[in-house]
Amino acid sequence: MLIQIENLHYIYAPRTPLARTALDGASLELRPGERVGIVGQTGSGKSTLAQQIAGLLAPTTGRVLLDGTVAHKRTPAARAQRRRIGLAFQHPEQQIFEQTVFKEVAFGPRNLGLAESEVAERVRWALEMVGLDQAVLIERVPFALSGGEMRRVALAGILAMRPDVLILDEPTAGLDPRGRRDLLARVGSWQAETGMTLILISHHLDEVARLAERVILLAHGQVAADGPTRLVLGDSQLLRSAGLSAPQSVALLEALRTAGWQVRTDRLLPEQVVAEISQAWRRRSGS
Amino acid sequence: MNLLLPGMYVAAASPLHRLDPRIKMGAALGLMVLPFAVHTLLGSVLLVALVTAAALLARAPMLALLRTVLSVFWLALLMFFFYFFTTPGQPLITWGGISITAEGLAAGATQVYRICLLVIVASLLTYTTSPTQLAHGLEALFGPLERVRFPVREIALVLTIALRFVPTFFAEIEIISKAQQARGADFYSGGPLRRLRNLVPIFVPIFVSALRRAEELATAMDARGFRSAPHRTRLYRLSMGWNDLVACAAILAAGLLILGLERWR
Repeated sequence: MLIQIENLHYIYAPRTPLARTALDGASLELRPGERVGIVGQTGSGKSTLAQQIAGLLAPTTGRVLLDGTVAHKRTPAARAQRRRIGLAFQHPEQQIFEQTVFKEVAFGPRNLGLAESEVAERVRWALEMVGLDQAVLIERVPFALSGGEMRRVALAGILAMRPDVLILDEPTAGLDPRGRRDLLARVGSWQAETGMTLILISHHLDEVARLAERVILLAHGQVAADGPTRLVLGDSQLLRSAGLSAPQSVALLEALRTAGWQVRTDRLLPEQVVAEISQAWRRRSGS
Repeated sequence: MNLLLPGMYVAAASPLHRLDPRIKMGAALGLMVLPFAVHTLLGSVLLVALVTAAALLARAPMLALLRTVLSVFWLALLMFFFYFFTTPGQPLITWGGISITAEGLAAGATQVYRICLLVIVASLLTYTTSPTQLAHGLEALFGPLERVRFPVREIALVLTIALRFVPTFFAEIEIISKAQQARGADFYSGGPLRRLRNLVPIFVPIFVSALRRAEELATAMDARGFRSAPHRTRLYRLSMGWNDLVACAAILAAGLLILGLERWR
């Protein structure tokens, strides 16, 4: 799905004393199958942008086009396009309401009007994708599961709709380091398996560096930077100007450079950092 | 929630914000009762002037304040037509068995005016008084009931906590309903029974979260040594200043003047 965002403005509670501008003229285009990270300070408009793309908010001015259809309209055509977008809010486990894991995951597919056999098939597939053992869990009450398991059930409920675009808003918030790593690895494999567009919203730049090929930096409701992950996240000055601090890898390499080492600082992943340092080490001991 | 809701508090430093909540609640009660005692045009105009003056003192956004009236639009419309059709009088126009009377129009308009004033005064009170202050004011005003073993303090506490969580739950309902819409939930079609059932995906999560919050709050209060003791002291005590006395005198004088004019017309 092609997503076009044109000069998008959004004001919360307009014409009241509590009016607050969340988006202030954002324009961008997301192509099918892209893996995009959206980063920015708290209040920079990330979550608002996500809801705009999913057609859950009507823009104040400007528009969002999903394959050419205006996203938020109440027409059948717009609804059909919106159904191709899966959005996981922060702490998605809070939206769980059904009595069994099966029914919870089946809620979305059933709303799509699928046959019951297809629904069951998708539930099984989605639970497998999030790494839950369905033989044990499928008839359990979701509220009796652990926090991490509930999150996975909620994400399965969204995956089971087989969206063309998956938007994840801080998917790892509140998980332990191991849960984070595991979930991120899975998110990557979902994208690889289905070829969907992946939009990852996070202020953990290290997580975005691992998953995204393109990064959009938001500041004060505007697009401050939009480009390949290495160019945006490797530019600590740019990040600082938008109120973020550089990823740990970049900070480490910058410290080395200040100490007189000949290293590039735009290396994001741990293995790239190791390679950079060992090269510099060899150059040093060689000379 | 794109307007100033009745019941929304906005922190500011206006003279009305600084007033003692007991005065404000007493005055608001007076301003809500007065329209029902006033029957002359002059009295009504003076009342509107009084409320406008209060709104100016609160530095409230006039348009947003007026828009809170929309929340009772249907009630006002109903009241208007009720009085419009049930008030006997001289018909102005008769058309197909229905006659419009001047008395009916006047009675209907009076009802609408009273309801609107009621809503605006209530909005102005909550706009300038934080929920905590409101609860403290209530506690102080109903304090004498403690003598007859009515649990005023406890009820004030319950009220404070409930008011504190209203915006939280509004925000939560909004997020959850969006999350379920993103999963294809439809809250806008079907018959009444079906619509009610469609709300289950919103209400179950909200109840779960409410119970969790209640438990956390109870633990937090317990950890801070909260007891429902009879003689609790508090950090912020209500105290009357000269501005409160002036406001009290002014509102009393204005009220008596309006009532007096009613008598002497």
